[in-house]
Amino acid sequence: MGLAGLLTPVTIWLGLFFLIPLLLILAYSFGTSNVYGGITLGFNPGNYLRVFDPLYLEIIGRTFVIAAINTLICLALGYPLAYFIVFKGRRWRNVLILLVMVPFWTSLLIRAYAWVVILSGNGIANKALQFFGVTDEPLDLIFTTQAVMMGMVYSYLPFMVLPLYAALEKFDTRLKEAAQDLGASRWHTFWRVTFPLSMPGVIAGSILVFIPSAGEFVIPDLLGGSRTVMTGNLIQNQFLQARDWAFGSALSVMLAVLLLGAIMFYIRRVGTDKLEGM
Amino acid sequence: MQRRDTRISRGRFLKAMGAAGVAGSTLSVLSACQMNTSSTGGGSSGGGPEEKKLNFYNWSDYVAASTIPSFTEKTGIEVTQDFFSSNEDLLAKLQAGGSGYDVIVPSDYMVAIMIKSKVIQKLDKSKIPNAKNVSADYRGLSFDPKNQYSLPYQWGTTGILYNRKEIGQLDATWDAMWDPRFEGEVSMLNDTRETLGAALYKLGYSVNATDPEQLAEANAELQKQKPLLRGYFDSTEARPLVQNGDLLLGHVFSGDAFVALSENEDLDYLVPQPAATRWTDTMCIPATAPHPDNAHKFINHILDANVGAKLSNYTYYNSPNGAALPMIDGALKDLPGYTLPREVFERLEVIEDTGETTREYERIFTEVKSS
Repeated sequence: MGLAGLLTPVTIWLGLFFLIPLLLILAYSFGTSNVYGGITLGFNPGNYLRVFDPLYLEIIGRTFVIAAINTLICLALGYPLAYFIVFKGRRWRNVLILLVMVPFWTSLLIRAYAWVVILSGNGIANKALQFFGVTDEPLDLIFTTQAVMMGMVYSYLPFMVLPLYAALEKFDTRLKEAAQDLGASRWHTFWRVTFPLSMPGVIAGSILVFIPSAGEFVIPDLLGGSRTVMTGNLIQNQFLQARDWAFGSALSVMLAVLLLGAIMFYIRRVGTDKLEGM
Repeated sequence: MQRRDTRISRGRFLKAMGAAGVAGSTLSVLSACQMNTSSTGGGSSGGGPEEKKLNFYNWSDYVAASTIPSFTEKTGIEVTQDFFSSNEDLLAKLQAGGSGYDVIVPSDYMVAIMIKSKVIQKLDKSKIPNAKNVSADYRGLSFDPKNQYSLPYQWGTTGILYNRKEIGQLDATWDAMWDPRFEGEVSMLNDTRETLGAALYKLGYSVNATDPEQLAEANAELQKQKPLLRGYFDSTEARPLVQNGDLLLGHVFSGDAFVALSENEDLDYLVPQPAATRWTDTMCIPATAPHPDNAHKFINHILDANVGAKLSNYTYYNSPNGAALPMIDGALKDLPGYTLPREVFERLEVIEDTGETTREYERIFTEVKSS
């Protein structure tokens, strides 16, 4: 009774603001977009057939590759950081983890614009490179694929670090000592003991980074000069330019289904066998 | 279409906010609340006098500082201004019904769509005596041939802002945007119709082409151009890049070009031949406007000679108001491309809605951008 009472607000909240919009998108995705905006509901699978246009499939494929690369880079950078904070941070631990969260205090858009200012032709980065004699002419740092990648890693790194931190924090250091007492090298100890036990954090962090990266549309526009189209941009265009809500909804549903599939595959492959082995 | 914010690059920001971000949804919820409270006071229908309120839905940074205060002073009507970032955004709000807005500022092609979808109402010209100030060139355009629904707010062209000091005086054609000499120093607009339009103009076709073969040629032309481009930018993003020397040439809206030209003498603006776009932003009253009388008064106010001149002196766009022209800043009028020779003006084209072909346009631009 007590628990049911506490769950009522969140059920209403999610029902109103998550489930109903989701069902609306699903309904729209089978509708027909009118030429002059708006949508006629019905059962029209044509929107989904259009997703299979090689052009759009390529964009979706590219989106998944970019999201996967971003996840791997975030993991490669985030793991050592989380490890350092947990095991070497000592009394600075809380301060350090707070610093990881500081970027969340401002909006993603403002931070993305900050990168535009930093990387532009006469921005801080180019001025510094010229000052230290690395280059004479300003380099093309912005509106490149690398700038997009960098912006994405920057934006999503905290989503990787925080779950890793939470997983490692629970780690019982006596297990490390035990492994080393039994003759395991430090490297061996890490791969056979610490890393497997931090797997829940790795999985949670990867999912938290991968999903929003796959839906990203601001960073490719702002830092990539709109030279690359990601699925998020494609969906945004259907709603804001093409007046084609039905197709935009179909793309959204497809993206959600593919993401769900990818995550289930990932948890099966990486997740359960390792988790069960613990 | 994103052409208005002359000074601050807020266009993309607003667009991004509105589209998804959490901040965006908060913003629109807030503005929706704001609009609701301001329209609940009644006075929406019936014959009684309206409450002294008006909800103006405009592009950001698109009124002079004095435009609204002088209206409130004259009429006692309090104006709430709210901003949209694309014509499609505006259309969606109106189609959802009961937007609460009294005066909106859609662009040309969108007016035609709004008339067809019956979301705007006919103007009562007897309440807008200043309509006589609108010059003949900006009346009766294809999107509203009798000006039954719309009167012009500002107009401008879409052309090329470039660094004359670095590359010398250019011929008035589109060729420079395809010139390999400028590789990596050129940007085109992140706007489907304008950028496909540039390719169509270059090929000698109309910006409103619907022939699949002409569109395929434009597609090929843009794919050829893509390796030369730094990116596809909004006009407000391209302007500072050309101004700072990051880019040599940028495809921009005239108002942005004129801001750049008045701050940097090395730059030049050209309206390419054989054709380029002239666009018109108009004032319309939504079918569901809660204060239609006030809306007519406001439109009449904007079309006043003095108010119109101050507006254009602020936005750096051109005024459709013939009576305002003598009061436009001399410095502005002397900028290249502000005052167009008759034969150039007559070759400008107006973007029209292409109906079913809109999807094909979108698909082509997506294909070009992801190639």
